[in-house]
Amino acid sequence: MSIIKFLNEFTTDNLEEKRTSRRAVFGQMGELGKKVALAAIPLGLGAMGNKVKAAGPNTINEDHISALQLALTLEYLEDEFYLKALDSGVLAGNPRAEAVYMQISKHESAHVAFLQSVLADNSVDKPTFDFTVGGAFDPFNESGVGQETAYAQLLALAQAFEDTGVRAYKGQAGNLMGVSDGAVLTAGLQIHSVEARHASEIRRLRGLDGWITEKERGAGMPEATQAVYNGEENINQAGVDVTTLGSGSPFTSEAATQAYDEPMSGDTATTIASLFITT
Amino acid sequence: MKSKLVLNQKISGKTPNSRRNFIKVSGLAMAGAGLLISCDDDDMITDPNPEVFDLGGGDLGVLNYAYALEQLESAFYTRVVNGSYWSGASGEEQMILEDLYNHEVNHREFFKAALNANFSEEQILPESLEFNFADVDFSSRDSVLGTAKVLEDTGVLAYNGAGRIIETADYLVMAGKIVSVEARHAAAIRSILGNDMDDYLAFAGDDIVDSNGLDGALNPSEIIQAAGGFFSTPFTANQLP
Repeated sequence: MSIIKFLNEFTTDNLEEKRTSRRAVFGQMGELGKKVALAAIPLGLGAMGNKVKAAGPNTINEDHISALQLALTLEYLEDEFYLKALDSGVLAGNPRAEAVYMQISKHESAHVAFLQSVLADNSVDKPTFDFTVGGAFDPFNESGVGQETAYAQLLALAQAFEDTGVRAYKGQAGNLMGVSDGAVLTAGLQIHSVEARHASEIRRLRGLDGWITEKERGAGMPEATQAVYNGEENINQAGVDVTTLGSGSPFTSEAATQAYDEPMSGDTATTIASLFITT
Repeated sequence: MKSKLVLNQKISGKTPNSRRNFIKVSGLAMAGAGLLISCDDDDMITDPNPEVFDLGGGDLGVLNYAYALEQLESAFYTRVVNGSYWSGASGEEQMILEDLYNHEVNHREFFKAALNANFSEEQILPESLEFNFADVDFSSRDSVLGTAKVLEDTGVLAYNGAGRIIETADYLVMAGKIVSVEARHAAAIRSILGNDMDDYLAFAGDDIVDSNGLDGALNPSEIIQAAGGFFSTPFTANQLP
């Protein structure tokens, strides 16, 4: 399912407005290219340009836009989640967690603004989120589940969102190849590694390793989050079984699965995000 | 081509500026060229030296480049887990560093296998690069963790910058699978390095993540220059940006 089709199920009007004729889309692509190039310059990417042969045709197509729209949707979700978490008071009394959430929140807000500037007219609107998943969770202690339980759920949801973000960006990397001499791909990778930093810290706040072993979601993670981790047990990397490359601790299935994060398809990322989207 | 050999001949020559001596010296220099590879004198000028391995371009160049970086990280953590800081470190710090050792060795062997499966032997970076860790004190927590932080952050910058050079989507995904693990490492090392309030933000601090919420990305030439002090075995990246 493409992100456009997915969002169309949740929104009644915005995508019909956004949906444009093929000709108009190509016009917007030219604009996108310019905006990407502009956005890239302050990041120092502009200076790198031109010398490198582009990995593919240097044009923006619907795959690129869909990938960036999926990214923006996930960033909207994370951005709103961290803002509500900080506003909820649930983190009070946990200065480290509060500081970590503030830093992550700052980054997710910046990611939203950055992707909006890159997508420009192709930006999707922010969905309406329900972080209780219909009342199953109470991460902001709105229904009085209590600070302790709310705090545990707040951290568990953050872990699920960050580990999903890492996998989802990775899954879209191939779709971002070859635009503006790689500037869009590079920007995607630059967000991707920040999500991985977040994931590591949230996991460690929860008492886990910063990296994922096999397909374990980790102690205290709700069963509903298992979809975030399925597939992480892969040991076949580009046709190589990475448990057979030597002997000793680096080649156990534990280490060999920790050492590689696995990509997630756009469909899977969409399914996970849709749990938290009402309209 | 100059070398220590040539300089010695000049110094010992009675009339170094005479044409006869110049020819003699040049002849020795030519004969001595083959010895340059074993000459470790800092003053020697080796460009352009066909004996120095070039990483190559495109996918081959990026894979060799990643292989060099993973060899560096593996060599570092091998020294760490055999060092006195590690043996006396807290359980948490021991476990993190041992995991990092395991992951980097696995990455190193993956690139070796991937290169050997797709390229001929003379195109592949030698597997036994030598490294210089003279500035690292493996008995010191600050030195070990500080170096680990630099190496992991450098890994993130390097893979982020190399992504766009990759031509084959499968290799891009592989780079993606590894760079996020390097970023997880970087965050964990940064997190255990500090203990007070400001350090709570260090896992993704403002010193490494910019105001757009982006990590950095650097070209191979920039990374090799920055990390060059660690590499005792010289190599070039003339076909990479």
